[in-house]
Amino acid sequence: MYKTAAIGDKDSIYGFASLGVNIFPAEDAAEGIKILRRLADADYGVIYITERLAAGMTAELERFASRPLPAIIPIPGVRGNTGLGLDNVSKFVEKAVGSDILS
Amino acid sequence: MAIMNVNPTRMELTNLKRKLVTARRGHKLLKDKRDELMRIFLEKVRENKELRKEVEEGISRANTAMSVARCVMSDKALDVALMLPTQEMYLNVTEKNVMSVMIPAFDVKFRTANEHDIYSYGFAETSGELDIAVKALSDIMPKMIRLAEIEKSCQLMADEIEKTRRRVNALEHVMIPRYEETIKYISMKLDENERSTTTRLMKVKDMMLNQAHHYEQ
Repeated sequence: MYKTAAIGDKDSIYGFASLGVNIFPAEDAAEGIKILRRLADADYGVIYITERLAAGMTAELERFASRPLPAIIPIPGVRGNTGLGLDNVSKFVEKAVGSDILS
Repeated sequence: MAIMNVNPTRMELTNLKRKLVTARRGHKLLKDKRDELMRIFLEKVRENKELRKEVEEGISRANTAMSVARCVMSDKALDVALMLPTQEMYLNVTEKNVMSVMIPAFDVKFRTANEHDIYSYGFAETSGELDIAVKALSDIMPKMIRLAEIEKSCQLMADEIEKTRRRVNALEHVMIPRYEETIKYISMKLDENERSTTTRLMKVKDMMLNQAHHYEQ
Protein backbone atom coordinates (compact mmCIF):
# COMPACT_ATOMS: atom_id res chain seq x y z
CA MET A 1 0.00 0.00 0.00
CA TYR A 2 1.40 3.34 -0.99
CA LYS A 3 0.56 6.76 0.38
CA THR A 4 0.20 10.07 -1.33
CA ALA A 5 1.89 13.32 -0.36
CA ALA A 6 1.81 16.99 -1.25
CA ILE A 7 4.79 19.30 -0.83
CA GLY A 8 4.58 23.06 -1.17
CA ASP A 9 3.77 26.27 0.58
CA LYS A 10 1.22 25.74 3.31
CA ASP A 11 -1.60 27.70 1.72
CA SER A 12 -1.47 25.75 -1.52
CA ILE A 13 -1.55 22.27 -0.09
CA TYR A 14 -3.59 22.67 3.06
CA GLY A 15 -6.85 21.59 1.48
CA PHE A 16 -5.44 18.25 0.40
CA ALA A 17 -5.08 17.17 3.99
CA SER A 18 -8.80 16.67 4.33
CA LEU A 19 -8.79 14.30 1.35
CA GLY A 20 -6.30 11.96 2.95
CA VAL A 21 -3.18 13.27 1.25
CA ASN A 22 -0.27 13.72 3.64
CA ILE A 23 0.93 17.28 3.50
CA PHE A 24 4.48 18.51 4.02
CA PRO A 25 4.81 22.29 4.06
CA ALA A 26 8.08 23.57 2.59
CA GLU A 27 8.97 27.16 1.99
CA ASP A 28 12.06 26.90 -0.20
CA ALA A 29 13.72 24.43 -2.54
CA ALA A 30 16.33 23.25 -0.04
CA GLU A 31 13.64 22.26 2.39
CA GLY A 32 11.64 20.71 -0.44
CA ILE A 33 14.58 18.59 -1.53
CA LYS A 34 15.11 17.34 2.00
CA ILE A 35 11.47 16.35 2.33
CA LEU A 36 11.37 14.82 -1.13
CA ARG A 37 14.37 12.60 -0.41
CA ARG A 38 12.79 11.39 2.77
CA LEU A 39 9.46 10.67 1.09
CA ALA A 40 11.00 8.92 -1.90
CA ASP A 41 12.52 6.29 0.38
CA ALA A 42 9.29 5.87 2.29
CA ASP A 43 6.15 4.31 0.85
CA TYR A 44 4.87 7.18 -1.22
CA GLY A 45 3.45 6.40 -4.63
CA VAL A 46 2.45 9.87 -5.74
CA ILE A 47 4.00 13.12 -4.61
CA TYR A 48 2.32 16.34 -5.68
CA ILE A 49 4.58 19.33 -5.57
CA THR A 50 3.74 22.96 -6.22
CA GLU A 51 5.13 24.34 -9.45
CA ARG A 52 6.85 27.20 -7.70
CA LEU A 53 8.79 24.79 -5.52
CA ALA A 54 9.42 22.34 -8.35
CA ALA A 55 11.00 25.08 -10.47
CA GLY A 56 13.82 25.37 -7.93
CA MET A 57 14.62 21.68 -7.76
CA THR A 58 14.57 20.39 -11.32
CA ALA A 59 17.89 18.58 -10.92
CA GLU A 60 16.51 16.72 -7.94
CA LEU A 61 13.31 15.80 -9.79
CA GLU A 62 15.41 14.51 -12.67
CA ARG A 63 16.83 11.85 -10.37
CA PHE A 64 13.43 10.30 -9.91
CA ALA A 65 12.48 10.52 -13.57
CA SER A 66 13.59 7.03 -14.49
CA ARG A 67 12.22 5.37 -11.37
CA PRO A 68 8.75 3.87 -11.69
CA LEU A 69 7.83 5.17 -8.23
CA PRO A 70 7.23 7.73 -6.85
CA ALA A 71 5.45 9.74 -9.48
CA ILE A 72 6.26 13.37 -8.84
CA ILE A 73 3.58 15.61 -10.27
CA PRO A 74 3.79 19.41 -10.34
CA ILE A 75 0.54 21.22 -9.53
CA PRO A 76 -0.27 24.92 -9.54
CA GLY A 77 -0.25 26.64 -6.15
CA VAL A 78 -2.31 29.50 -4.79
CA ARG A 79 -0.03 32.05 -6.38
CA GLY A 80 -1.12 31.04 -9.81
CA ASN A 81 -0.11 28.76 -12.61
CA THR A 82 3.45 29.02 -13.86
CA GLY A 83 2.85 26.64 -16.75
CA LEU A 84 5.61 24.33 -15.59
CA GLY A 85 3.35 21.29 -15.69
CA LEU A 86 2.34 21.71 -19.30
CA ASP A 87 5.92 22.56 -20.23
CA ASN A 88 6.94 19.24 -18.74
CA VAL A 89 4.46 17.40 -20.93
CA SER A 90 5.83 19.22 -23.97
CA LYS A 91 9.29 18.17 -22.90
CA PHE A 92 8.26 14.51 -22.90
CA VAL A 93 6.96 14.87 -26.43
CA GLU A 94 10.13 16.61 -27.51
CA LYS A 95 12.23 13.88 -25.99
CA ALA A 96 10.27 11.07 -27.60
CA VAL A 97 9.44 12.50 -30.99
CA GLY A 98 12.23 15.00 -31.51
CA SER A 99 10.04 18.07 -31.66
CA ASP A 100 6.89 19.17 -29.89
CA ILE A 101 4.24 18.12 -32.37
CA LEU A 102 1.26 18.68 -30.09
CA SER A 103 1.61 22.34 -29.34
CA MET B 1 31.98 3.88 -43.92
CA ALA B 2 35.03 2.45 -42.29
CA ILE B 3 35.42 -1.26 -42.44
CA MET B 4 36.17 -3.27 -39.36
CA ASN B 5 39.67 -4.33 -38.48
CA VAL B 6 39.44 -8.05 -39.23
CA ASN B 7 41.49 -10.67 -41.04
CA PRO B 8 40.03 -11.41 -44.46
CA THR B 9 39.48 -15.10 -43.85
CA ARG B 10 36.61 -17.37 -44.66
CA MET B 11 35.90 -17.92 -40.98
CA GLU B 12 35.58 -14.20 -40.31
CA LEU B 13 33.26 -13.95 -43.29
CA THR B 14 30.92 -16.60 -41.92
CA ASN B 15 30.97 -14.96 -38.49
CA LEU B 16 30.22 -11.54 -39.95
CA LYS B 17 27.39 -12.86 -42.07
CA ARG B 18 25.85 -14.41 -39.01
CA LYS B 19 26.24 -11.13 -37.11
CA LEU B 20 24.66 -9.21 -39.95
CA VAL B 21 21.60 -11.45 -39.87
CA THR B 22 21.28 -10.90 -36.12
CA ALA B 23 21.73 -7.14 -36.49
CA ARG B 24 19.05 -6.99 -39.17
CA ARG B 25 16.64 -8.96 -37.06
CA GLY B 26 17.39 -6.80 -34.01
CA HIS B 27 16.91 -3.69 -36.08
CA LYS B 28 13.53 -4.85 -37.31
CA LEU B 29 12.38 -5.80 -33.82
CA LEU B 30 13.57 -2.54 -32.28
CA LYS B 31 11.93 -0.56 -35.04
CA ASP B 32 8.65 -2.33 -34.35
CA LYS B 33 9.09 -1.63 -30.65
CA ARG B 34 9.76 2.03 -31.32
CA ASP B 35 6.75 2.39 -33.57
CA GLU B 36 4.40 0.70 -31.13
CA LEU B 37 5.76 2.68 -28.18
CA MET B 38 5.35 5.86 -30.15
CA ARG B 39 1.75 5.03 -30.98
CA ILE B 40 0.86 4.37 -27.34
CA PHE B 41 2.88 7.36 -26.19
CA LEU B 42 1.11 9.80 -28.49
CA GLU B 43 -2.24 8.48 -27.37
CA LYS B 44 -1.28 8.86 -23.73
CA VAL B 45 0.40 12.21 -24.03
CA ARG B 46 -2.67 13.71 -25.64
CA GLU B 47 -4.76 12.50 -22.73
CA ASN B 48 -2.07 13.76 -20.38
CA LYS B 49 -2.31 17.24 -21.81
CA GLU B 50 -6.09 17.34 -21.62
CA LEU B 51 -6.10 15.96 -18.10
CA ARG B 52 -3.48 18.42 -16.94
CA LYS B 53 -5.50 21.33 -18.21
CA GLU B 54 -8.59 20.06 -16.41
CA VAL B 55 -6.69 19.41 -13.18
CA GLU B 56 -5.02 22.80 -13.20
CA GLU B 57 -8.33 24.45 -13.76
CA GLY B 58 -9.92 22.44 -10.95
CA ILE B 59 -7.13 23.25 -8.54
CA SER B 60 -7.29 26.92 -9.27
CA ARG B 61 -11.03 26.79 -8.66
CA ALA B 62 -10.45 25.05 -5.35
CA ASN B 63 -7.76 27.56 -4.46
CA THR B 64 -10.11 30.42 -5.09
CA ALA B 65 -12.68 28.84 -2.80
CA MET B 66 -9.97 28.25 -0.23
CA SER B 67 -8.96 31.90 -0.33
CA VAL B 68 -12.53 32.89 0.33
CA ALA B 69 -12.69 30.46 3.25
CA ARG B 70 -9.46 31.90 4.58
CA CYS B 71 -11.02 35.34 4.49
CA VAL B 72 -14.12 34.48 6.43
CA MET B 73 -12.44 32.24 8.97
CA SER B 74 -9.55 32.98 11.24
CA ASP B 75 -6.25 31.23 10.51
CA LYS B 76 -6.43 29.41 13.78
CA ALA B 77 -9.93 28.08 13.15
CA LEU B 78 -8.83 26.90 9.71
CA ASP B 79 -5.79 25.18 11.17
CA VAL B 80 -7.92 23.44 13.73
CA ALA B 81 -10.44 22.33 11.12
CA LEU B 82 -7.88 20.81 8.77
CA MET B 83 -5.22 19.66 11.18
CA LEU B 84 -6.54 16.20 11.89
CA PRO B 85 -7.84 14.57 8.74
CA THR B 86 -10.27 11.71 9.15
CA GLN B 87 -9.59 10.34 5.76
CA GLU B 88 -6.45 8.72 4.52
CA MET B 89 -5.85 7.78 0.95
CA TYR B 90 -3.88 4.69 -0.01
CA LEU B 91 -2.79 3.61 -3.42
CA ASN B 92 -2.65 0.10 -4.67
CA VAL B 93 0.06 0.14 -7.29
CA THR B 94 0.14 -2.45 -10.02
CA GLU B 95 2.66 -2.38 -12.81
CA LYS B 96 1.71 -2.85 -16.40
CA ASN B 97 4.22 -3.97 -18.95
CA VAL B 98 3.94 -2.00 -22.16
CA MET B 99 6.65 -3.03 -24.63
CA SER B 100 8.95 -3.81 -21.69
CA VAL B 101 8.36 -0.43 -20.08
CA MET B 102 6.90 -0.88 -16.63
CA ILE B 103 4.20 1.72 -16.21
CA PRO B 104 2.35 2.11 -12.93
CA ALA B 105 -1.40 1.90 -12.46
CA PHE B 106 -2.89 3.38 -9.31
CA ASP B 107 -5.92 2.05 -7.56
CA VAL B 108 -7.21 4.33 -4.82
CA LYS B 109 -8.25 2.96 -1.46
CA PHE B 110 -9.61 4.97 1.45
CA ARG B 111 -9.22 4.30 5.11
CA THR B 112 -12.81 4.85 6.04
CA ALA B 113 -15.55 2.97 4.30
CA ASN B 114 -17.17 6.06 2.88
CA GLU B 115 -14.78 7.80 0.55
CA HIS B 116 -16.82 10.98 0.74
CA ASP B 117 -15.95 11.23 4.38
CA ILE B 118 -13.77 14.23 3.67
CA TYR B 119 -14.92 16.79 6.17
CA SER B 120 -12.61 16.46 9.11
CA TYR B 121 -14.38 19.07 11.18
CA GLY B 122 -17.66 19.82 12.82
CA PHE B 123 -19.93 22.12 10.92
CA ALA B 124 -20.56 24.38 13.86
CA GLU B 125 -17.29 26.28 13.90
CA THR B 126 -16.44 26.41 10.24
CA SER B 127 -17.87 28.37 7.37
CA GLY B 128 -19.64 26.95 4.35
CA GLU B 129 -16.90 28.31 2.10
CA LEU B 130 -14.46 25.79 3.52
CA ASP B 131 -16.88 23.00 2.62
CA ILE B 132 -16.99 24.31 -0.93
CA ALA B 133 -13.20 24.42 -1.15
CA VAL B 134 -12.78 20.91 0.22
CA LYS B 135 -15.53 19.62 -2.06
CA ALA B 136 -13.88 21.23 -5.09
CA LEU B 137 -10.61 19.56 -4.26
CA SER B 138 -12.25 16.22 -3.69
CA ASP B 139 -14.00 16.47 -7.06
CA ILE B 140 -10.69 16.92 -8.83
CA MET B 141 -8.87 14.24 -6.85
CA PRO B 142 -9.73 11.21 -9.06
CA LYS B 143 -8.45 13.15 -12.03
CA MET B 144 -5.29 14.05 -10.16
CA ILE B 145 -4.59 10.39 -9.47
CA ARG B 146 -5.19 9.55 -13.10
CA LEU B 147 -2.90 12.43 -14.05
CA ALA B 148 -0.16 11.08 -11.81
CA GLU B 149 -0.50 7.67 -13.40
CA ILE B 150 -0.51 8.90 -16.95
CA GLU B 151 2.16 11.53 -16.52
CA LYS B 152 4.55 9.04 -14.97
CA SER B 153 3.81 6.61 -17.80
CA CYS B 154 4.56 9.30 -20.35
CA GLN B 155 7.79 10.17 -18.62
CA LEU B 156 8.97 6.56 -18.55
CA MET B 157 7.88 5.93 -22.11
CA ALA B 158 9.57 9.06 -23.42
CA ASP B 159 12.79 7.81 -21.86
CA GLU B 160 12.40 4.38 -23.41
CA ILE B 161 11.48 5.76 -26.83
CA GLU B 162 14.57 7.91 -26.85
CA LYS B 163 16.74 4.95 -25.95
CA THR B 164 15.11 2.68 -28.51
CA ARG B 165 15.39 5.32 -31.22
CA ARG B 166 19.10 5.63 -30.57
CA ARG B 167 19.53 1.89 -30.79
CA VAL B 168 17.56 1.71 -34.03
CA ASN B 169 19.62 4.50 -35.55
CA ALA B 170 22.90 3.01 -34.38
CA LEU B 171 21.98 -0.31 -35.96
CA GLU B 172 20.61 1.21 -39.13
CA HIS B 173 23.31 3.76 -39.84
CA VAL B 174 26.41 2.36 -38.17
CA MET B 175 26.39 -1.33 -37.38
CA ILE B 176 24.63 -2.75 -40.42
CA PRO B 177 26.52 -0.68 -43.05
CA ARG B 178 29.77 -1.52 -41.33
CA TYR B 179 29.04 -5.24 -41.41
CA GLU B 180 27.99 -5.00 -45.04
CA GLU B 181 31.13 -3.14 -46.03
CA THR B 182 33.36 -5.55 -44.18
CA ILE B 183 31.64 -8.56 -45.72
CA LYS B 184 32.09 -7.02 -49.14
CA TYR B 185 35.73 -6.31 -48.41
CA ILE B 186 36.43 -9.84 -47.24
CA SER B 187 34.63 -11.51 -50.11
CA MET B 188 36.45 -9.33 -52.61
CA LYS B 189 39.75 -10.09 -50.98
CA LEU B 190 38.96 -13.83 -51.04
CA ASP B 191 37.95 -13.65 -54.69
CA GLU B 192 41.12 -11.81 -55.45
CA ASN B 193 43.14 -14.49 -53.70
CA GLU B 194 41.37 -17.16 -55.69
CA ARG B 195 42.06 -15.40 -58.93
CA SER B 196 45.69 -14.95 -58.08
CA THR B 197 45.92 -18.63 -57.18
CA THR B 198 44.40 -19.58 -60.53
CA THR B 199 46.78 -17.32 -62.40
CA ARG B 200 49.70 -18.68 -60.48
CA LEU B 201 48.66 -22.25 -61.24
CA MET B 202 48.31 -21.46 -64.91
CA LYS B 203 51.69 -19.85 -64.89
CA VAL B 204 53.26 -22.81 -63.12
CA LYS B 205 51.58 -25.21 -65.50
CA ASP B 206 52.93 -23.23 -68.43
CA MET B 207 56.40 -23.33 -66.98
CA MET B 208 56.23 -27.05 -66.30
CA LEU B 209 54.94 -27.82 -69.79
CA ASN B 210 57.65 -25.65 -71.15
CA GLN B 211 60.28 -27.57 -69.24
CA ALA B 212 58.93 -30.95 -70.29
CA HIS B 213 58.22 -30.42 -73.97
CA HIS B 214 60.14 -27.33 -74.96
CA TYR B 215 57.02 -25.88 -76.56
CA GLU B 216 58.61 -22.58 -77.02
CA GLN B 217 60.51 -23.58 -80.16
